Amino acid sequence: MTLDLSLLPDGGVPWLAASGEHADIVLSSRIRFARNVAGYAFTARARDGERLRVLAQVREAVPRVPSLVGAVLLRLDEMTTIERQLLHERHLVSKELAALEGATEARSGAAVLVSSAAAVMVNEEDHLRLQVFRSGFDIGGAFQAATKLDRELGGEVPYAFHHEFGFLTSCPTNTGTGMRASVLIHLPGLVLTQEIAKVLQGLQQMGLTYRGLYGEGSEVVGNFFQISNQTTMGRSEDELADQLTRVVRRVIEQEEEARRVLLRDAGYIIEDKLWRAYGTLRHARSLPADEAMNLLSGVRLAVGLQLLSGLSVYTLNKLLIFSQSAHLSLEAGRTLTESEANLARARHVRQVLASEAGLADR
Amino acid sequence: MLCDQCHERDAVLNLTQIVENAVTQLHLCEKCAAERGIETTVSMPKHPLGEFLQAVQQQALQVPGDAARCAYCGTSLRDFRASGRLGCAHCYGAFEQSLRDLLRRVHGSAQHVGRSYQVPNPALLERDTSLGALRAQLQKAIESEEFETAARLRDEIRTLELTAR
Repeated sequence: MTLDLSLLPDGGVPWLAASGEHADIVLSSRIRFARNVAGYAFTARARDGERLRVLAQVREAVPRVPSLVGAVLLRLDEMTTIERQLLHERHLVSKELAALEGATEARSGAAVLVSSAAAVMVNEEDHLRLQVFRSGFDIGGAFQAATKLDRELGGEVPYAFHHEFGFLTSCPTNTGTGMRASVLIHLPGLVLTQEIAKVLQGLQQMGLTYRGLYGEGSEVVGNFFQISNQTTMGRSEDELADQLTRVVRRVIEQEEEARRVLLRDAGYIIEDKLWRAYGTLRHARSLPADEAMNLLSGVRLAVGLQLLSGLSVYTLNKLLIFSQSAHLSLEAGRTLTESEANLARARHVRQVLASEAGLADR
Repeated sequence: MLCDQCHERDAVLNLTQIVENAVTQLHLCEKCAAERGIETTVSMPKHPLGEFLQAVQQQALQVPGDAARCAYCGTSLRDFRASGRLGCAHCYGAFEQSLRDLLRRVHGSAQHVGRSYQVPNPALLERDTSLGALRAQLQKAIESEEFETAARLRDEIRTLELTAR
């Protein structure tokens, strides 16, 4: 199967649009529900046939689920590694479902349903992982849409539920609501003013946790953090969403304050640093992934501080995702080596920035 | 020394009795001692097999639940401890107490207070439940080596699974 990205509604990444509140700081808001279909062993314990039946049951229900109207079903068990990796780079599937670590092939029945409103991973660690992304800071919007999807799908497919323990998941860290609310947030101000450690510590005291750009097990690169609730039981879904919203609003304020301090106390140093980042991105001939991420972080800060105009946050969001290895390989039509990918990345970034440069160069 | 009572068997017990300040010594064999209602559980002689059996017994006492298995999917508590993943929804019932403790440690609570849920189509679940019950019976049949029953159950499960498609 060849992955036809044009089939994906909005490429599966409508949240890149940077249309939401505080979109220069918060890239996306996400709600995820972990669910299992009653009557089958959980994915890891299920036999191939059981996983295929879970997939068939969900697939059969889709036409009656309004949130999934127009959804495209992508079978990861029929894809190449590059194609699976590309879906992971778009945050549509987890590393586990895409079998990017250890295993060389995705497990049978591994799939993802992508509609313009939501994405549903099938046969991940849990049978179903319902996800809704929103552009910018909009936990509330994502929560409403995800709850709607959950009710609709749960009305068609029987979920595993326990009166005391709630929604049953493969890993007890997700049991109860099965809900993970998170934001992907850019905090260069707090990193540069060295306030970040204090902020992250504070998060943990509030029952929240942080990870890198790609969630569990990923490193923090380019000052991008994923902040989410740590626990899923003992509090209602609304409380979990409200708590995250409250704390993230405070973190945004702290980031804005840190940026003001930076400009006030080190204005020209910051300005020079950010223009250098922009210059490198405009002219480099080879760009390793981590370096690109860090430079994009600098340019994003410059746009946020209005030092650099004529460049949209939307473009920066697209660069962040579309300049990653699998995207470059798919464009090239073959698997690129690391050094080839670095060349291709530099070319891609130069082209995109040149077409939007205009005012920015002056 | 022969038994003071039957004068036939070897005495294994030295009984000292004090009756009205008079001290008498009796040497009894096991049988005669038992007849007088005296327990003769002499400490077990040191024996390699005895020690081995004792060790096994102690181990079994230390981790009573670890070998316990979920009748539906066959996951044991030990499997769960090793992987951190439960095998199926029924594991929550099979390991209920251990899980309650774990959930309390992880989340600070073991009680779901969020949205409740009703299974949409009871007919669907009925089928699933009977399938689940059959699987549990199959597991039991295999464990108790009732292979004929197991074969019959396996066929029933296959038929049900096929009609479920």
